[in-house]
Amino acid sequence: MNKTIWIMLIIIGLLAPFVVYPVFMMKLLCFALFACAFNLLLGYTGLLSFGHAAFFGSASYITGHLVKNSGLTPELGILGGTLFAALLGYLVGSLAIRRQGIYFAMVTLALAQIVYFVALKAPFTGGEDGLQGIPRGKLFGLIDLGHVYTVGGNPLGLNLYYFVFALFCLGFWIIFRTINSPFGQVLKAIRENEPRAVSLGYKVERFKLTAFVISAALAGMAGAMKSLVFQLASLTDVSWHTSGEVVLMTLLGGVGTVLGPLVGAFTVVTLQSELSSVGSWITVIIGGIFVICVLLFRHGFVGELARLLKRSL
Amino acid sequence: MADYILETRKLSKDFKGFTAVNDVNLQVRRGHIHALIGPNGAGKTTVFNLLTKFLIPTTGTILFNGDDITHEKPADIALRGVIRSFQISAVFPNLTPLENVRLALQRTTGSSYHFWKSDRCLQKLEGRGMELLDAVGLAEYAHEVTGELAYGRKRALEIATTLALEPELMLLDEPTQGMGAEDVSKITALVKQVSANRSILMVEHNLKVVSTLADRITVLQRGSILAEGAYDEVSRNPQVLEAYMGSEHV
Repeated sequence: MNKTIWIMLIIIGLLAPFVVYPVFMMKLLCFALFACAFNLLLGYTGLLSFGHAAFFGSASYITGHLVKNSGLTPELGILGGTLFAALLGYLVGSLAIRRQGIYFAMVTLALAQIVYFVALKAPFTGGEDGLQGIPRGKLFGLIDLGHVYTVGGNPLGLNLYYFVFALFCLGFWIIFRTINSPFGQVLKAIRENEPRAVSLGYKVERFKLTAFVISAALAGMAGAMKSLVFQLASLTDVSWHTSGEVVLMTLLGGVGTVLGPLVGAFTVVTLQSELSSVGSWITVIIGGIFVICVLLFRHGFVGELARLLKRSL
Repeated sequence: MADYILETRKLSKDFKGFTAVNDVNLQVRRGHIHALIGPNGAGKTTVFNLLTKFLIPTTGTILFNGDDITHEKPADIALRGVIRSFQISAVFPNLTPLENVRLALQRTTGSSYHFWKSDRCLQKLEGRGMELLDAVGLAEYAHEVTGELAYGRKRALEIATTLALEPELMLLDEPTQGMGAEDVSKITALVKQVSANRSILMVEHNLKVVSTLADRITVLQRGSILAEGAYDEVSRNPQVLEAYMGSEHV
């Protein structure tokens, strides 16, 4: 893709906290990374995981626990959460990739429900209350992520924002690199025609599992970031609603496109925040929007745009 | 012994009580084009899927170059040099023909798990990829979207992709199925051309193709071998005529 687009996106990202409320912007980035990680599986490997909240949520708990109760610095907390999600991804993936299609989705959902149950019952997760008051701490023990600058009369938590933005860029770059790598080529081959990939001598299970672990790890990183942003790890993060939401974001934005999940996550999170005043009707409204979008733009916003421009986005 | 590149012994496959393949002893000589023919439902594709390990035999053994491969996985026999094609065209539709061929070439580079590298490192394979596409007459379509190519071209691309792996034994599942007469003769010529220095086992309906190409023919009926031999021999066999040729006598 065009270099100018990337540079523009980075500049927008750098300037965003001066225009948009930074916590909202950070929430967008967390969910965007989550959706991008999910899209690596659905869009580029053809695997529909219906349990990705397990990685997002468990990493958020682990990071929260490490930072709050073990007193680790935030970067180590995030590293711990991400590694845990990768390990969990290896376990769930090893079991799930033995099945295909809907059965794969059901296995991931079932295993994610086990994680939800553990999060509800385990002693260190805070049960229904979740882990509250997670400190943001000092990055590398030096930079205070909780520090608030006053710019033009507005309090802005810029340290945390740029830390989150940098992590987002790192995660996004890893996904982008994976998609456009020799490994990514094989993933696309598996998505397009799995039996043919097998007959060319590719051991597709190993490729699927590797992709699953990368996706789980990055979904975990998104969850870990989220726990620092909101200073909270809760049951919502591991619930199947969150798994469903990430499917929705990816499909709305455009599955199998690089920028689609980003656009989808921005759309869903913005709608949720704009419509928060209507209470529980929000689910109905978002559901309705989803139905309309699926009918009108079958390939998602970015997918349709890419078809119009006849290039991949 | 080593005369046979592929051999099956008492190969059988049951599907819940229905015996699709029964006691098949098949021997493919090195360097031959061997055709497997038979009326619909004779078990050709089942035999084919057993040989390529996409199905697991109920009983019997399969030997490749004298090694027992009965219990290997599909990807393992591909690494041994047995590459199959499929009845419906097996291409990667949203990639370009060049990327299709490159995927086959890539397997031997050992970089296929490298998710941290740019795919620009695959560009060095593109020269060989173009050669292969050129060999099957697809060079000018190298950068189109594969899914939009005509059917005959997809089949040609499939052969190019298979060739990229330098297979010792090619297994072709109805390479001319669903093609017009012109494409059939192109593919026939192509199979003939690529058969030099390698062995081919093909399932084929089109007897004209079989008569032109095959060195040896095995006729299957109801899961068992009915006759075997050169085309002239087989085509005069009264049992074969009765079972098969009624509708399509050549």
